[in-house]
Amino acid sequence: MTSVTYHDVRLMEPAKTRNYLNVDYGALSWLLTKDHKRIGILYMISISIMFILGGFFAMMMRLELLTPEGDLLTSDTYNKFFTLHGIIMIFFFLIPSIPAVLGNFILPIQLGAKDLAFPKLNLLSWYLYIIGAFIGLLVVITGGVDTGWTFYTPFSTQYSNTHVLGTTFGAFIVGFSSILTGLNFIVTIHRMRAPGLTWYRLPLFVWAMYATSLVQLLATPVLAITLVMLMIERFLHVGIFDPALGGDPLLFQHMFWFYSHPAVYIMILPAMGVASEVVAAFTRKKIFGYTFVAYSSLAIAFLGFLVWAHHMFVAGISVYSAMIFSFLSYFVAVPSAIKVFNWTATLYKGSVSWQTPMLYILGFIGLFTMGGVTGLFLAALGLDVHVTDTYFIVAHFHYIMVGGAVMAYFAGIHYWWPKMTGRMYPEWWARLGALLVFVGFNLTFFPQFILGYLGMPRRYHAYAPEFQVLNVMSTAGASILAVGYALPLVYLLWSLRFGRKAGVNPWGAVGLEWTTSSPPPKDNFHETPVVTWEAYDYPAMLKAMGDTQNV
Amino acid sequence: MMLLTDFPLWPEQASTIAKHTDALYIMLLIVCGTMSVLIFTTIFVLAILYRRRPDNQLAQEQEPPKSLEATWIILPFIFFMATFVWGAWLYFRIARVPDNALDIYATGRQWMWKFQHASGQREINELHVPVNRPIRITMASEDVIHSLFFPYFRVKADVLPSRYRTMWFQATRVGRYHIFCAEYCGTLHSGMIGWVDVMEPTDYQKWLAGGAEGSLASQGQTLFQKYACNTCHTEDATGRGPVLSGLYGSTVTLSNNATMVADENYIRESILNPQAKIVKGFGPIMPTFQGQVNEDDLLKLLAYVRSLAAPRAGTLPKEPK
Repeated sequence: MTSVTYHDVRLMEPAKTRNYLNVDYGALSWLLTKDHKRIGILYMISISIMFILGGFFAMMMRLELLTPEGDLLTSDTYNKFFTLHGIIMIFFFLIPSIPAVLGNFILPIQLGAKDLAFPKLNLLSWYLYIIGAFIGLLVVITGGVDTGWTFYTPFSTQYSNTHVLGTTFGAFIVGFSSILTGLNFIVTIHRMRAPGLTWYRLPLFVWAMYATSLVQLLATPVLAITLVMLMIERFLHVGIFDPALGGDPLLFQHMFWFYSHPAVYIMILPAMGVASEVVAAFTRKKIFGYTFVAYSSLAIAFLGFLVWAHHMFVAGISVYSAMIFSFLSYFVAVPSAIKVFNWTATLYKGSVSWQTPMLYILGFIGLFTMGGVTGLFLAALGLDVHVTDTYFIVAHFHYIMVGGAVMAYFAGIHYWWPKMTGRMYPEWWARLGALLVFVGFNLTFFPQFILGYLGMPRRYHAYAPEFQVLNVMSTAGASILAVGYALPLVYLLWSLRFGRKAGVNPWGAVGLEWTTSSPPPKDNFHETPVVTWEAYDYPAMLKAMGDTQNV
Repeated sequence: MMLLTDFPLWPEQASTIAKHTDALYIMLLIVCGTMSVLIFTTIFVLAILYRRRPDNQLAQEQEPPKSLEATWIILPFIFFMATFVWGAWLYFRIARVPDNALDIYATGRQWMWKFQHASGQREINELHVPVNRPIRITMASEDVIHSLFFPYFRVKADVLPSRYRTMWFQATRVGRYHIFCAEYCGTLHSGMIGWVDVMEPTDYQKWLAGGAEGSLASQGQTLFQKYACNTCHTEDATGRGPVLSGLYGSTVTLSNNATMVADENYIRESILNPQAKIVKGFGPIMPTFQGQVNEDDLLKLLAYVRSLAAPRAGTLPKEPK
């Protein structure tokens, strides 16, 4: 490693080292950028800040739950913390995460395009996110909100004394960020593929982002309307949800879950897309059953709209209605199972690397499987009667959202880090981080399945003494998890300055993004690529490249 | 000394439903657990067997059998459908209240549970019931949505402010078991807890005998007079309102010729929102008691109306003036 600085190299060979990061300097060149890559970076910074805030609330909750009594925080504070944890993690971290960071950055490059279809709309998406986040932060500093992220009426409309209007308005705004991103991606995928890039030659990440974008576009407006109804009811007491005025509180639940169930697929479909990319790259093989995996994303997106009332089995819907939703819920498990089996089969006779992105994704596959099978438990009507509204549910969704989506996000960040920054992170520290996350995660959330079946309800500030041992285990796991999350923050930032410079294709992977420089030039490619090979055509590509670079 | 029984994986089975819920749970644990372990092992083994080595930089090309795809779609789907059927069967069983259930009336409010026995006893956060007898709980909320949860009986149901809901259990063991609120309802949601005391029938009788201000129905009769219901709802057909004897459980014909069964929610709605449904042959003159009658009183009035026997043959609603 020489001591030549980056700037020296730039002066020596300007044409070759000019990239999207150094083509322009200054705050305005970032805040008014239309470059999808810079917007992806802006999102990455914003959601990381929100992740830390959401994580802080989680840490406080787990500390409180070390003892059965509510002795660290007041009840109202605890209730605000679980509410804010949910709202921040869902609306301000998970929903944007992979689409707005990795999707924004990588999708156009994977398509061989210069940018998204609507670059200015993309910037507007980010600003809508920032405005929504700012409103959220304002709510946090001025007293918070305590309705739960689910905002059930009539508590949220008539009884809560906290900033319900502010919070719902912030969520309303940030929803448009999601809608516009979805619109942008759909048009881009339809209209801006490079010559020769037919649908069945697309990377599976693109299929996954396409399915996600459909859900974002079609479901999020329902959330917007529901939140508007909530605000109207709270402010004007019209009687939409108030039974004394002829309204029905269950109407809110139906409308809320009509969005919020598809929303969980907004969070997991991109993660599955990343999983397909990483498994292919780190086995140097086309994903087994490519067509099935591609269509399973669309199937999940469609079926996800048909199952919302499985959140309401004990809420007061009719038994016949409940039966239909239970039946349909089992259908949506099928395409997810297909993916897991196909990823596993891809390993057979592959060239399996155990580098960090693959470690995260192997963890993802395992933990997503566990979270997914517990969904089978919940879809079983009679069993759900016992475990709904308990820690069993909390464990189920954290296995999918944290063990699944967050780990896949970290996998994607590590996989595409060299492309985005031109730097490699230190591999052994990264592997340590992955291991700590995996161990910490399981210790945090596995005991919660048991707690739930034993009867500990969720959203409980204080709990029955017999639940303490499992709660202590959970908190211990959370502290390990916290260290596991802190490590990447440190070494990724470190790598920006001190990390080894990355080449064009440090992983020896197949994909258009691995044919352009790391970091890419402003317009992604020096000339528009023409695609003549099938998806993940490893044998052809790597022979053409002549060498398989191993990092 | 710590025993394995100090770390239970499920609560004691204290109701007729509990063993069925646990059976379904254990079946899923075994099948899903086994499948998951199989998948993890396969991944682990394959990832080691085919790890990247200097002589394995590129994958080996192979054409996978398409039948594999069909197998792992169809077989899981069959298992999912079987699970659905079992779960639905259990759900119907939980929904269907057995005959001769003992009636309990419950009100949830921030942040306590009030239970009223038909014979008049009132309890707060405590519920005494006899063992081996089905107990039907009719309940509503005074404010927000709550959820009445008995983990040892494996049943819960949300308690709504808009209408009555019914749940039931039959306790199979004498003992003291948790009551939890399971739907977040504000500040003291985690404090909205209590105990069910399941007693031998003789002990339960003794407990019942220990003082009450008259049965729920007789308290309802007092309210019926206090709110002047009896001025229109007379016992013969001369009143301005329909005769209520025998109403509960009967089929009523409404002014739009629709018919419906007069159940708890019909009676509740008739008091709170009488204009919603008018009995054929009567005018829309009943005032609403929304805001005047609280949930506790509503339960007493309900108990009273339920207690009224059918009228003798020959009485008909009279024509409107």
